[in-house]
Amino acid sequence: MDECRLELRNVSKSFGEVKALEDINFQLGSNEIVGLLGDNGAGKSTLIKIITGYYQPTSGEIYFNGKKVDDLSVPKARELGVETVYQERALAELQTLWRNIFLGRELCNSWGFLDIQRMRDETHRLMTQTMGFTSHAVSPDSRVGKFSGGEKQGVAIVRALFFEAEIIVLDEPTMGLSLKETAKLVNFVKGIKEAGKSAIFIDHNIFHVYNVADRVVVIDRGKVAGEFLTKNIGVTELMEKMVRVAETGKFD
Amino acid sequence: MSSETNGTATKVIQHYKVPFSLRRIARLYSAQLGILGVFVTLWIIFIVSAPDTFLSGRIYSAFMTSIPFFAIMAIPLTIVVIAKEMDLSFPSIMAMGMVAFSFVYDGTAMIGSTTVRVFLAIIAALLAGTIIGWLNGFIIVKFGIPSLVVTIGTQFFWRGAVLVLTSGANFPLTYIKQTIFYPILVGKIGGYIPMQMIWLIVVTIVGWVLLNRHRFGAHVYLTGDNSNSAELMGVNTGWVRIRAFMLIGLISAFAGVLYSFFIAYFWPSLGDGYLLNTLASVFLGGTSVFGGTGTILGTFLGAFIIGAIEAATVAIGLTGFWTQLIYGFIIVLSVIMHTYLRKRGE
Repeated sequence: MDECRLELRNVSKSFGEVKALEDINFQLGSNEIVGLLGDNGAGKSTLIKIITGYYQPTSGEIYFNGKKVDDLSVPKARELGVETVYQERALAELQTLWRNIFLGRELCNSWGFLDIQRMRDETHRLMTQTMGFTSHAVSPDSRVGKFSGGEKQGVAIVRALFFEAEIIVLDEPTMGLSLKETAKLVNFVKGIKEAGKSAIFIDHNIFHVYNVADRVVVIDRGKVAGEFLTKNIGVTELMEKMVRVAETGKFD
Repeated sequence: MSSETNGTATKVIQHYKVPFSLRRIARLYSAQLGILGVFVTLWIIFIVSAPDTFLSGRIYSAFMTSIPFFAIMAIPLTIVVIAKEMDLSFPSIMAMGMVAFSFVYDGTAMIGSTTVRVFLAIIAALLAGTIIGWLNGFIIVKFGIPSLVVTIGTQFFWRGAVLVLTSGANFPLTYIKQTIFYPILVGKIGGYIPMQMIWLIVVTIVGWVLLNRHRFGAHVYLTGDNSNSAELMGVNTGWVRIRAFMLIGLISAFAGVLYSFFIAYFWPSLGDGYLLNTLASVFLGGTSVFGGTGTILGTFLGAFIIGAIEAATVAIGLTGFWTQLIYGFIIVLSVIMHTYLRKRGE
């Protein structure tokens, strides 16, 4: 069997008395797109934040490329090639575009002094070649706060791409996007697959997930309720199962 | 789509050059230009209404003598406020640093050389300030208490500690005048430019470089702008804030040393009366209390506006009673201007 890019074994997370996740087993293969589905409060975001190192699991083990990783933190996860497009976008809106692209990962010398010219150059290149910002109103020195929802999402995505991500996590990326922007995003996720990378894709919209994912994992009340290969299941059937799980906690 | 975009950090790329445009510069530096406008306008008003005073060199020598004592603390305070925190305890840190100074000076009597003793005492003062700043930051970050509240508490605590440790006594520091540190810290270059002004310029430049050209400064802006985003992207916002408080602790202790050397005397009330001037300099300079925006240049100019108003009111021929009224008027007007400029800049 292929080595997993990422594997969680019996991962649980409690916040005080509340058990957000219980004994989660989750694998992400290399060059695989996994869709994560579940109702509000099912634990999707908690799971994501464990993978990105923002939360530490209460118990359980995390493996990257078959190697166990202890005390995963955000910088450590980013070093291991995890880049995340957060639901809340994780932008600093009063700051310039180039500061946002390099947020938390500023290019600097060993003394910590910033290489501003290179960051602005790279930002300009990413803007014109990847983000498709052609408007003259947008420059590396523009403040991100005045961007549209789609442009902000573009910043969050391009940021994930710049740093040679092996695993790209997309947490509700279509929220607040227009139809055209959503189509662009779905294409982008397909592009991740073609580039040989892996991704975890979370979305409310089953159709978006179904269209791009190789496999769908359903989370319910902090547990993995089941998983399906998209080639083995129809989208209507999947939808019916989702509703049933949300109501009864069981698939059948 | 993504094949050409995957990580090309090392690839040689074309330099991005910005076409020169006055409008762009005006937008980017609106805060600095705004306060510069206020500064120049006030200056012209002062010169026109009291030409004898404001066209002679003596007034500027006087400004450079007295303003640096609080302006120097306004620089690290700007960094603290940009990180969306507040510090009210720095006047007490000034005094507490000098308590550490006098303890170490008295405790090293076995060393013959006054210069060595004073040197050790200065180090002790700076260290005490840094530690107190660290403690402020630690309490704020560890327990998640708003810094405004914590530093109201520590402000009383350290002032109290000063009074307890010195029994409220004041004493002369005449011995410092024989050491090299006296001319280095508060001497006058060519009999005109006071050394404290040079130290203010040094701290201002270091503060500007830290804030604008160093990773620490980048993280300060990000922490103040949106600490949740910064955390999600791996910035240790707690440590950023603790370091900001250590910085203002260090510089406050240094300001305490400067002022005490200048008067060659220790007063347990050292620092009283500097709180509002320093805060006003920061906000006058366009730093937002909501965090994420602010400039060192603005604060620097703000401090000189604050420092000049008092002398100016008297020189213009108004009584000293007018000083505070004019202070208030200019501060409120400037803050309104900054808010307006910020909204337009977004």
